[in-house]
Amino acid sequence: MMSPFDYAMPEIFLLAAVCVVLLLDIFLTRDLREVTYLAAQASLLATAGVVYTHAFTGNERLVGLGRHYVIDELGGVLKISILLLTMVVFVYARKFLRDQSMWRGEFFVLSLTAVLGMMIMISGYNLLVLYLGLELLALSMYALVAMRRDDGRATEAAMKYFVLGAIASGLLLYGLSMLYGLTGELSIRQIHEYLLGVPDSGANLPLLFTLVFLVAAVAFKFGAMPFHMWLPDVYHGAPTIVTLFLGSVPKIAAFALLMRLLAEGMAPLASGWSQLFLVLGLLSVAGGNLVAIAQTSFKRMLAYSTIAHMGFILLGAMTATHAGYSAAMFYVLVYALTAAGAFGVLVVMGREGFEADSLDDLKGLNERNPWLAFIMLLLLFSMAGIPPTVGFYAKLAVIKAVVDANLVWAAVIMVVMSVAGAYYYLRAIKMMYFDKPEPAPGSGGISVNAETGLDCQIVISLNGVLMLVLGVFPGLLMGVCSMALQASSL
Amino acid sequence: MITVTHYLVVAAILFAISVAGMFLNRKNMLLLLMCIELMLLAVNLNFVAFSQYLNDMGGQIFVFFILTVAAAEAAIGLAILVTLFRNRKTINVQNLDSLKG
Repeated sequence: MMSPFDYAMPEIFLLAAVCVVLLLDIFLTRDLREVTYLAAQASLLATAGVVYTHAFTGNERLVGLGRHYVIDELGGVLKISILLLTMVVFVYARKFLRDQSMWRGEFFVLSLTAVLGMMIMISGYNLLVLYLGLELLALSMYALVAMRRDDGRATEAAMKYFVLGAIASGLLLYGLSMLYGLTGELSIRQIHEYLLGVPDSGANLPLLFTLVFLVAAVAFKFGAMPFHMWLPDVYHGAPTIVTLFLGSVPKIAAFALLMRLLAEGMAPLASGWSQLFLVLGLLSVAGGNLVAIAQTSFKRMLAYSTIAHMGFILLGAMTATHAGYSAAMFYVLVYALTAAGAFGVLVVMGREGFEADSLDDLKGLNERNPWLAFIMLLLLFSMAGIPPTVGFYAKLAVIKAVVDANLVWAAVIMVVMSVAGAYYYLRAIKMMYFDKPEPAPGSGGISVNAETGLDCQIVISLNGVLMLVLGVFPGLLMGVCSMALQASSL
Repeated sequence: MITVTHYLVVAAILFAISVAGMFLNRKNMLLLLMCIELMLLAVNLNFVAFSQYLNDMGGQIFVFFILTVAAAEAAIGLAILVTLFRNRKTINVQNLDSLKG
């Protein structure tokens, strides 16, 4: 028998750990900041342990805490991926924050609260809890983007992110209030049961009206076209390490929101939201890939490529089948890992007082650091979907699910646009291998990064090699995704 | 007799005003923050009206949480606004154009 608070034990543990890290950081001098870093890493690792013992008990899914909270394998897998990826982010953060003289504890504390928000989002089984988790994530993120207070671009990015994020929350809340009014329930399970009882719910106008708001808000969080306006500016303006965090981990949480709110709660309305996602997904795949070609900033290019990848995830979820959800989950996990690696290379390329950003910074990377260039090659291949990297399998699984849903024309558009997208990934690879390095003004040629720490090197190497290993053996991760979703009967 | 429909119409109008305010406003950043507040308040009105109509406390509790989150959101928004003003010496929306492409 579980006590009520056992359901939220990982979250309570992480909350306590965040408070400890915050207090610890106040009493540490600058030289001892390393302790904050280690404490943050330790809290993430310990939380992952707690999640592991709680989520994989072999039981059916457990709904508790006054039907506000759910523990299932889907949540367990997503939470552990978030926690491990955040640990990777922190390893890069250690180098980046030192180089850019931003070596303060706030980054770690704010990231940990963001992780807490994501975990609450994943386990939330009630509209209120989902909303609170989402806001905790979003508010921490606004502050993170604005962390470099004297940088005009970062504050501008933060302001844009804040305003558009607040609009998204407003849309979500309006949708939630309508949903509450129509069903009279706040719990996901109850809403699902109510909707099952509505005859011909796919043609019910008030429900469809509500659905539009919810889908718009979810698309906003994903950054799907035409709700993508914030994404390129925020990626570009934010410090690279924040972009790295923002561009990888929260996508998993957004996927969880999609699963809980739409795939689970509003499953009887699947015909309604899948049509909307079809349009949003195709727009994102086409628009993201085409606009990315015109970019000169590497971060901005990856931002548009993110939009295209999010389109794939939405299209996978759009099919509303088990295969489609599994493909989308596989895609989101792989994408988060790939994005973390690609921005990680940018972090490793940076040095004291210099942040790699422009595509030109990639020129001649092979001469300066062949191993790093090879890792980047694997990551870009994976994003472009070239076998034997894992990105190929992720795209294949989504496209297969779309074809199985009898939407061959949509699959054709996805393939054509992926080919268009391969252009700018390959262009970056060409720059790394065949172009001469451009000497930075005043520095007499970009030096090899001798001072990159061993931890950073190991993590980035692992990240790149994983692209290959997962690409050769995709069955393992796919099996995990499929089983986790099966356990939640999705 | 004022029914739940009237409340919903008022809330929808408030929501529409706030969205229109955000997109029409070309001058002042502060107006944007006000519009965001108005948006959340419109939703609150919706929740309270439904809560009364359904005779269910859930909606009113939701409103308490929204109010709290709105306060936190306003605090962060104003903090970002202050740093923006320090860097740019202006809070004109049209001057926020250094990031584009």
